[in-house]
Amino acid sequence: MKRFTELIQQLETSNKTNDKIAALVSYFSTADEKDKPYVIAMFTGKKPRRPVTTALIREWAIELSDIPAWLFAESYHSVGDLSETIALVLPPAKHVTDRKLHEWITDLALISNKDDAAKKEFILQSWDSLDTRERFIFNKLISGNFRIGVSNKMLVNALAKQSDTDSNKIMHSIMGKWTPAEITYQELINGAHVNTDNSWPYPFCLAYALDSTPENLGETMAWQAEWKWDGIRGQIVKRNGELFIWSRGEELVTDQFPELHFLKDDLPDGTVIDGEILSVKDGSVQAFSILQQRLNRKTIHKSQLKDAPIGFYCYDVLEFQGQDIRTSPLSARRKILVDIITALQIKDVAILSPVIDFNDWEQLAEIRKESRANNSEGIMLKKLDSLYHSGRKRGDWWKWKINPYTVDTVMIYAQKGSGRRANHFTDYTFAVRDGEQLITIAKAYSGLTDIEIKEVDSFVRKNAIEKFGPVRTVKPELVFEIAFEGIAESKRHKAGLALRFPRIARWRKDKNASEINTLDDLRQLLASTLSNEL
Amino acid sequence: MALISFTNKGIFCKQGGFYIDPWQPVDLAVTTHGHADHVKFGNKAYLCHELTKPVLLHRLGADLPVQTLPYYKEITINGVKLSLFPAGHVIGSAQVRLEYKGEICVISGDYKVEYDGISTAFEPVKCHTFVSESTFGLPIYKWLPQEEVFGKIRNWVSDNHDQLKTSVLIAYSLGKAQRLIKNLAGDQKIYVHQSIANLNEGFIKAGVDLPETIRITPDLKKEELQKGIVIVPPALADGKWMKSLMSASTGICSGWMQVRAGRRWQSADAGFALSDHADWPGLLTAIKATEAEKVFVTHGFVSTFSRYLNEIGIEAEEVTTRYGSEEDEEIIKEA
Repeated sequence: MKRFTELIQQLETSNKTNDKIAALVSYFSTADEKDKPYVIAMFTGKKPRRPVTTALIREWAIELSDIPAWLFAESYHSVGDLSETIALVLPPAKHVTDRKLHEWITDLALISNKDDAAKKEFILQSWDSLDTRERFIFNKLISGNFRIGVSNKMLVNALAKQSDTDSNKIMHSIMGKWTPAEITYQELINGAHVNTDNSWPYPFCLAYALDSTPENLGETMAWQAEWKWDGIRGQIVKRNGELFIWSRGEELVTDQFPELHFLKDDLPDGTVIDGEILSVKDGSVQAFSILQQRLNRKTIHKSQLKDAPIGFYCYDVLEFQGQDIRTSPLSARRKILVDIITALQIKDVAILSPVIDFNDWEQLAEIRKESRANNSEGIMLKKLDSLYHSGRKRGDWWKWKINPYTVDTVMIYAQKGSGRRANHFTDYTFAVRDGEQLITIAKAYSGLTDIEIKEVDSFVRKNAIEKFGPVRTVKPELVFEIAFEGIAESKRHKAGLALRFPRIARWRKDKNASEINTLDDLRQLLASTLSNEL
Repeated sequence: MALISFTNKGIFCKQGGFYIDPWQPVDLAVTTHGHADHVKFGNKAYLCHELTKPVLLHRLGADLPVQTLPYYKEITINGVKLSLFPAGHVIGSAQVRLEYKGEICVISGDYKVEYDGISTAFEPVKCHTFVSESTFGLPIYKWLPQEEVFGKIRNWVSDNHDQLKTSVLIAYSLGKAQRLIKNLAGDQKIYVHQSIANLNEGFIKAGVDLPETIRITPDLKKEELQKGIVIVPPALADGKWMKSLMSASTGICSGWMQVRAGRRWQSADAGFALSDHADWPGLLTAIKATEAEKVFVTHGFVSTFSRYLNEIGIEAEEVTTRYGSEEDEEIIKEA
């Protein structure tokens, strides 16, 4: 575990990608063989079953450190991370031990089925033999939430470099089905397991945002334009009689969308299609807020099937007749896609994402203005001769999004952030006006520079009216423009509506609290998105 | 009648007619130490420890009306006995002990319990009323013995040296800088920013035994610096000068580095939890040793720490002051 702790330390002490990759490469070159697959599993979010509940861990930590529970809670608010708080408040360890990472993980898995007393004995003994940094790691192993600023792509790049293997192959391999106890590092690198696995998806090809006007992209002839649909990006995999639907979050979501299960019989084997999961009713794409009713549900009500029926808008084909065709040009892939979709027996559920006809960029800019009306987020531009890249690559695909909605709000609550933002008031709650009252409309914690955060932080400290634990009520004075992607009805919120992806667009120092938007303004906006007038 | 009260100008001793670390101009400012949040310009007279005088003269003007006292020597002002006791915070830092008609009050300013090798070691003073800071008044703040921290810093410096990187330590110019110089002197030359060099000169003149350092001047070659340890104040951490250094590795020395979020908040390559303030066990040990009947808790985790003191049977009250933490302000300002 010491070697792994060192790795984490290195990953945390640098904010440069190259340093992090170097640290990972060095780790995978020197670490214990059996540890490596566990580390890859951890960094890619493959969680083992939680052996002990958070509540128990917290209780034992409080007991052992001999502090009152409220003081533990205050400490937690200041640190912003439970594993770390526990590591810091515990008394110094009386023993040392040097066990391997996979041994710790295996032991933790073994206590899963034991009673609480046995669990407690194991956890307390472990804490007493680890230093602060190791305890932090150990606690993270229990929770399984290891977010350490290593993206899948960064890990894959490091593994590719370390093993001198193609990064796409490694991405396939680690995204497939495997368990760290049953695979060696070398097998994982070689991708031995994925050939027999019918489910593996390809890494999604992602687009950068177009930061200028498309004129710079050159001839319109070379480009294909499509709507940028606002749903869940998905990949449909049909191999050997089995159907899998992956979301961009690398989750298998097959069961959530029964409307698409017909593809199991309707799609030929060896087909992989990239597209967007949307709610489509009477031939129109519905707002994301409607699709949302269908997400992450274990059971689906009939009314949900009726109100928010699912459709799949197909963008691309990555595998055809069992062949990886990602290196064929988009124009050729599109032809194949058209053939596949046209041949489907059931129409109107999996449909082609339409290609937009346009003659020049000016015309396309006009068409783009209609994006909101068909519930899309703007336009996608794809080069007709582009390959299907793994991940984000500059140049071939661009998203040309419409500007987000904005609303002027006033800050009414502030809370200390967690993680990197702990100790500063960085999480704010914003309100709009409703008659004489202020109604909470959004919480947001991004979009300000570090310097602005400090300015707001100091305002909060000077203008706090009340405190509830970590939350401060502040004088409603600071006006912020909040950008958001959509609006939905919500019974949970007092305002009766909720904003999607709210974030701070700018701090309106030029405005005062009397100039903010009203709840009625937002109600009108909500009504206009639901009316679906085209 | 109480010996001290908390007014909008600062901590006031009515019987003695003077203030301790006031934040608005008064006739007599008894000064615990020279950090900017504890001493302001514009008072008619200052009283501080001998080794704080060079700091005040340097920072507030060479003609500042400063009177000094050595530790332990008692003087009487309007019938109030006043003496200074070492606070262990920085060179010359003092706790102010007041006694009037048998009532004793100690205002500790900022303090730390561990001896740092250069500031006179903290000494608990028995009193009825104790005024304590609470900068690190949470149980997550427990410092490692300083030798262990310096061991880590030395390893880091030697790793940098092997990789041909300049080791740049970010440390507050009064206190942390001298502590680093004293404890890291030896293998490598230490280069200091002029704000540190100026303070050091004052200390050396006043008789402090400080190892030799080299003042960074514009004509000093960058290749020269690469072989040594560079110490700069936080205000320079993100400046142009730092960017002009060839392959520098920066390390921040501050108590806030105890927490990962504190480390990540700064754009540094390394963080060392080294503080001139008492940690959680330090605060508790110090307060218990005073045997005070009443503790006033100032700057830091004020409400949390006073609540805890009350729960363990030590009467404590929150006090709002304008003291911050020099670590807080200085390091975060430029991030």
